[in-house]
Amino acid sequence: MKKIQTSTITEHIRNLCIRANYKLPESVATRIRACHENEPWPQTKETLGRLMENMEIAAGEQVPICQDTGMACVLIALGQEVQIVGGDLYEAIHEGVRRGYIEGYLRKSIVSDPLRRVNTGDNTPAMIHVDIVPGDTLTITVAPKGAGSENMSRLAMLPPSAGRDGVVDFVIETVKLAGPNPCPPIVVGVGLGGSFDVVAGLAKKAVLRPLDQPNPDEYYQELEKELLTKINALGLGPQGFGGESTALGVNIETYPTHIAALPVAVNINCHVARSATIVL
Amino acid sequence: MSIRITTPLTQAVAKTLHAGDQVLISGTIYTARDAAHKRLVEALDRGESLPIPIEDAIIYYVGPTPSKPGAVIGSAGPTSSYRMDAYAPRLMALGLRGMLGKGKRALEIIAAMKAHGAVYFGAIGGAAALLSRCITASEVVCYEDLGPEAIRQLTVADFPATVVIDTEGNNLFELGVAEYLASREHT
Repeated sequence: MKKIQTSTITEHIRNLCIRANYKLPESVATRIRACHENEPWPQTKETLGRLMENMEIAAGEQVPICQDTGMACVLIALGQEVQIVGGDLYEAIHEGVRRGYIEGYLRKSIVSDPLRRVNTGDNTPAMIHVDIVPGDTLTITVAPKGAGSENMSRLAMLPPSAGRDGVVDFVIETVKLAGPNPCPPIVVGVGLGGSFDVVAGLAKKAVLRPLDQPNPDEYYQELEKELLTKINALGLGPQGFGGESTALGVNIETYPTHIAALPVAVNINCHVARSATIVL
Repeated sequence: MSIRITTPLTQAVAKTLHAGDQVLISGTIYTARDAAHKRLVEALDRGESLPIPIEDAIIYYVGPTPSKPGAVIGSAGPTSSYRMDAYAPRLMALGLRGMLGKGKRALEIIAAMKAHGAVYFGAIGGAAALLSRCITASEVVCYEDLGPEAIRQLTVADFPATVVIDTEGNNLFELGVAEYLASREHT
């Protein structure tokens, strides 16, 4: 059985926290460049140019793209033929986040309690999701998530009669309510199906899927395209000052659900749609 | 063409600014976000004076990243302004002239801005590495225990911003989108 030391995991988490905050995934950077190229509204085309300039400065000077370096969302796909040795996996992850946020000069944005609100000082704890998967690899994704866009996310338990149109209406309503707040152009992750808890996870998975990978099911691929067209027709544009570039992309993830349920979750990300992944 | 403005921002200058104007801000501004605003208002409730000069001041809604060795400040872009809506009218009543952030404001805030002659500026959300280049000095003034939420005095030079809501209540979030959508109908 393949063995992986917790100290190795800590080291990689540290590095992924820093890398994700300094440099955007290529599929996101490519979409921002494409939006700049295609934005017809001169008033806000310039804004997209500034975003590209900002990306270059961050990568070149090795500084955070955005000051909200976020909650450290850590997604683990653990092969069932892998054995974690040397300690507690969760503690190894928190330690990696702690080191990454301190050594990478990233902002500490976590409070220890939702109502009593004292900063933990090291950006821990991480928000951890672990999936057990076939195989002998361990995939680690660190996706720092800022509150500006996270706060604009929504979830609804629709009746099945709402159908496809009900889902479209809810997604569009969510983007309209968010308006300029989540720093458009945004990435929209839509979860459909499952239960109350599962659908939020699906939306998360959707928002993290690379923007050059549409849903493999043609039915949902069409729905992704339709939603993107409708969102961009809202005219919010970069920063909400008007224009075509309201969203960089829409991704949908689905799961079977109950005969009486149609859960829908919309996770919104800003244009700084960060993530970094390594496979061990 | 950008309009250069310097702090302190007088009411007379504030009234000349219109929604959609591009500005370059120079001078001293103060940072404050959620927790700092809460403390400022609590200080007022206790009858204390504020730790920063509020008359004709600009407050920047930002919590910067830690500065790397040798740097003036870390990345420092705007945070969502609506979270300060609960506190901002108290400060405007004392002469706060400019708020610099990103995203929507509540209708009560716009009413208070009109009443007190204040301006809401938008900086580019997510352009934090770029914007920090316009910050030439940074010093913690108070509430250091709040970490990234401490109040800092910043010196800025030609900090780029857009007038989002002016002293008459004109709102670029409505005007800009409406203008763009109208332009699409004509093509």
